[in-house]
Amino acid sequence: MSELLKITNLHANAGEKEILKGLNLSLNKGETHVIMGPNGSGKSTTANVILNNPEYKITEGEIYFEGEKINDLKTDEIARKGVFMSFQSPEEIPGISVMNFLKYAKNKTTGEPVKIFQFKEEIEKNMQELKMNSSYINRNLNVGFSGGEKKKTEILQMLTLQPKLAILDETDSGLDVDAIKIVSKGIKMFSNENNATLIITHGTKILKELDVDYVHILVNGQIVATGSAELAKEIEENGYERYMKG
Amino acid sequence: MKTNLDEINRNIYDIKNKDEYDFKIQKGLTKEIIEEISKQKNEPDWMLEIRLKALETYNKLELPTWGPDLSELNMDEIATYVRPKSKLNNNWEDVPEDIKNTFDRLGIPEAEKKSLAGVGAQYDSEVVYHSIKQELVKQGVVYTDMETAVREYPEIVKEHFMKCVPMSDHKFVALHAAVWSGGSFVYVPKGIKVDIPLQSYFRLNSPESGQFEHTLIIVEEGASLHFIEGCSAPKYNKVNLHAGCVELYVKDNSYLRYSTIENWSKNMLNLNTKRAIVGKNAQIDWVSGSFGSKISMLYPMSILNGEGSKTEYTGISFAGRDQNLDTGFKVIHNAPNTSSVVNSKSISKNGGVCTYRALVRVNENAKNSKCSVSCESLMLDDISRSDTIPVNDIRNDDVEFSHEAKIGKISDKTIFYLMSRGISEEDAKAMIVRGFAYPISKELPLEYAVEMNNLINLELEGAIG
Repeated sequence: MSELLKITNLHANAGEKEILKGLNLSLNKGETHVIMGPNGSGKSTTANVILNNPEYKITEGEIYFEGEKINDLKTDEIARKGVFMSFQSPEEIPGISVMNFLKYAKNKTTGEPVKIFQFKEEIEKNMQELKMNSSYINRNLNVGFSGGEKKKTEILQMLTLQPKLAILDETDSGLDVDAIKIVSKGIKMFSNENNATLIITHGTKILKELDVDYVHILVNGQIVATGSAELAKEIEENGYERYMKG
Repeated sequence: MKTNLDEINRNIYDIKNKDEYDFKIQKGLTKEIIEEISKQKNEPDWMLEIRLKALETYNKLELPTWGPDLSELNMDEIATYVRPKSKLNNNWEDVPEDIKNTFDRLGIPEAEKKSLAGVGAQYDSEVVYHSIKQELVKQGVVYTDMETAVREYPEIVKEHFMKCVPMSDHKFVALHAAVWSGGSFVYVPKGIKVDIPLQSYFRLNSPESGQFEHTLIIVEEGASLHFIEGCSAPKYNKVNLHAGCVELYVKDNSYLRYSTIENWSKNMLNLNTKRAIVGKNAQIDWVSGSFGSKISMLYPMSILNGEGSKTEYTGISFAGRDQNLDTGFKVIHNAPNTSSVVNSKSISKNGGVCTYRALVRVNENAKNSKCSVSCESLMLDDISRSDTIPVNDIRNDDVEFSHEAKIGKISDKTIFYLMSRGISEEDAKAMIVRGFAYPISKELPLEYAVEMNNLINLELEGAIG
């Protein structure tokens, strides 16, 4: 198996405050990983730091993607290497339709012209799979979408852009059971032996729908335990108590 | 209008032709100069009298002190009349090569073929091309340059010229009335609906000169019209002046839509006056995009004189480095059941200043009137400025009035979101600004919406001066 993402001894600040305190993580192609942890443990920070969100600052440690250090790359450069993030609260972008945005982003990430007809067919097919009303394709991106519609649109973007690594930040939060099933279906459609998925969540519902290879417990900016899907079950029953130090 | 997004090239607007002219009046503003302009234009005496009276008014009025600083304007350094080396043509082929090339680059003849019922093109002080579809002529629609209107429709011109906007209104209207040249005259007879827009384009090429075109539009009862106006000029080191005047008469039950994209070079002082008088159950809609210019002072005004009359104003301005755009909208509710809707947006970057300056007056008699104002400003950095100066003068109680103002900075979160999709920071910002401008651009005809997006892209490019 070839290594896709490797994070070593990562320390990162939000403002003056240190959030990540020596995080280590390694993901191979074909794997699905989950990061779980209590509120404020640094889950979303991990996702944002991988994509070099300027709101955070790396103070120590390295992030490698396919063997290349990406710490200092800009967000758009990292995205073009094949890293995608599904946002917890996707931004509303007036003035550009979902279709045109997907075309634009596809063109920017691949650097190649988009074959319109085939592209549109594929998107329509994916929208059906995600039980999205086809009229959404002409609506302004995320503008006036419900929480569930926004999350589905994130999954649609993931399926369209076909990244090598998809980071899903709290994609399941705020969704009802049916929507979780649909989102999970989207993740399954995406997953194959050439890509990897990193799911960040504080719930366990979504995990029942997916084949998870590894579960990591993140507490106070560090991965404190790694295990199989069984570990998530244990957390569901007993909570994080036993991993919290004082 | 340059319609292809990929082909945009800011040089289109900046290409200067040689300062060639048939006649350029000496710089300055004196009685002799005005008499000379009138003589050059071979005008009737009544028009010369208006000009001379306007000069007197001009000399009496003070510069406005409440807005941007106009002290660098020196009328002794401005030539108010530049006659291009071309007569008025009705065939593009007859327009001299370099002038025709200018309008070709701006996409005017192409737009005429595709989507317009009539076109006027003014180069410096005179209109060099005018055309209108034959079927409109048969219906009695008149679309011509102002000089022809003075000659052929003197009674209509006398009745309306400088009556909607009195020359005593402010100093630059008086200046305009004294030295006006060119512009468009439109007359739409009773009940005639002109479905396809008419468009006039104004190009100022000559350095250290002014453009003072006059637009007079009369839409008779039950008629309708969409009029589009475009303006641009190449950049020079010294100040150019634009002081046009637009007078619109929107009679009972009629409709007029007046769309403008002004894209002046950044040495231009744009001191333009636009006003409409609106009759019973009639409506005027303004769509206005202000780009470029060093200083703009532009406040279109609707006077709702007829019961049940309506107006909508949709406007956007974009100020970059060394630009001060002072724009807004004025409305007078002067009859019962009148309504006005204002939607204004401004964008400022690189230290640019955008001011929204507005007046809403609802008179005692304007019972059961409605007015809703929304203005939003987007600042792209910490050194730019945005002010909102509304004056609301409401003189009766039976009025529904709302005013909403929002001033914001471009969101880092949104930029990050877009960049995480492989979009560069610059493209992400452009996308956000276009999104901000979208409610305005969707009101424009398609080619102009594309043009406006192109202008936004140009303004966002760091290099632009």
